[in-house]
Amino acid sequence: MEMVYEWFRTLYQETGINLPFLYDEYDRNRMIDGLFTTVKLSLVCLFFSIIIGVIGAWLQGSSFKWTRRFVSGYIQLFRNTPPLVQLYFFYFAIGTLLPRVENDWGGQSPIFGSFAWAAISLSFFAGAFNVEIFRSGIEAVPKSTVEAAEALGFSKLQIYRDITLPLAFRVVLPALNNNLVNLVKTTTLAYAIAVPEMLYEANQIWSDNVNVTEMMVFLLLAYFVLVGILVSGMNRWERAMKIPGYG
Amino acid sequence: MSWTTADPMVSLKDVHKSFGELKVLNGVSLDVMKGDVICIIGPSGSGKSTLIRCINALNDIQQGSILVEGQEVNDPKVDKLELRKKVGMVFQQYNLFPHKTALQNVMMAPIRVLKHDKIKVEEVARALIKKVRLEGKENAYPGELSGGQQQRVAIARSLAMQPDVILFDEVTAALDPETVGEVLQTIKDLAEDGMTCILVTHEMAFAREVADHIYFTDRGVIVEHGPPETFFQNAQDPRTKEFLSQIL
Repeated sequence: MEMVYEWFRTLYQETGINLPFLYDEYDRNRMIDGLFTTVKLSLVCLFFSIIIGVIGAWLQGSSFKWTRRFVSGYIQLFRNTPPLVQLYFFYFAIGTLLPRVENDWGGQSPIFGSFAWAAISLSFFAGAFNVEIFRSGIEAVPKSTVEAAEALGFSKLQIYRDITLPLAFRVVLPALNNNLVNLVKTTTLAYAIAVPEMLYEANQIWSDNVNVTEMMVFLLLAYFVLVGILVSGMNRWERAMKIPGYG
Repeated sequence: MSWTTADPMVSLKDVHKSFGELKVLNGVSLDVMKGDVICIIGPSGSGKSTLIRCINALNDIQQGSILVEGQEVNDPKVDKLELRKKVGMVFQQYNLFPHKTALQNVMMAPIRVLKHDKIKVEEVARALIKKVRLEGKENAYPGELSGGQQQRVAIARSLAMQPDVILFDEVTAALDPETVGEVLQTIKDLAEDGMTCILVTHEMAFAREVADHIYFTDRGVIVEHGPPETFFQNAQDPRTKEFLSQIL
């Protein structure tokens, strides 16, 4: 490892190409923290946005008019507004309205930090799209298949969980894939409320080292690889879910 | 008043059903005793399928009474799950769950709906697959089976719920001619076992062979009915005669 670090140090000295996080321990730790924060934020948002999508699509099939209206209101709100504005809205508008709690140093701090707000905001943002995606899949499940389950005595919830959702899931995976890719890329917006994710940490590094060009190239490649891993995972999942003789 | 096997298992009285302006059933009455096999025949659009779909409340009715083992189905408070445990149904398009294997299709409802023990259910399910002559196809997905095989899985799936009566909605209409026979044989086996069956069918030869009673419907009413011998030989109503002359 030392040799690799040395090589990049020499690269900087000989050519001026400066990648400090590859030879300087302090910067390296910042970059690793940033990467982990991005991954963590992405996973949390992936998880909750899918949960929101599944529950939202179920509620959209509700027989109560107001439940359906509430869900479609939520979708409209989050689909028709920019995610950055949503993030600011949660962090600055809602965040300041909530009570404060005493922190470790005896000061006052908000109940939710910037990471939590980013997770909440982005989950709702991607969740709105996921509801629509799952709904399209649910509509693709033949009514006759649902009827067969009804005739066997399945309850509404059992039909949704055991029949509709598993079938809808397979139909929507490509669309879901797209939305989740977008979600991972949108986590960079958390930069705006100082969540120490990858873009934020890269900014810290280029501010200290004045190596904006190198950091930009690195960021581009890093996100390319990160999203690439997600996409290949999703594709693998898509193949694993394939049913012989169906679709 | 509690229901006994001396009473009709399914009893329809003056059933009316319409889809909006369209009147589909116009006062249908019929009784099915335990162990009976009845066939409902008639031209397309005469309300045959609607009629049997009303029996397990897949369609609701506007007027009249449908009793299943003495329990009124035309009642907003009817326990549909309880009703559907008694009344099995097999559809024209099989409607198997495409993401489950044949065996899983059969096992699913007893496990989920009846909450029966999985190991026992599997035992029963394997026996049912054998009964419908599909041994070796337990792990095949519906998409890998022929229409006739899928339909037999659908019959096994319905049987797994141990219903008291099974509704068959034109179950051979979507099949290739060469697979119709295997499905009809399966139904015949059931009839011989004493299962109460209500069939909507276009298979006249089959109806003649297995039915205890035949009902001919047209434009939402039962035009004529009787045991197969008299029905096929001595049809009285001109509409029945016309229909039979086209079919036979």
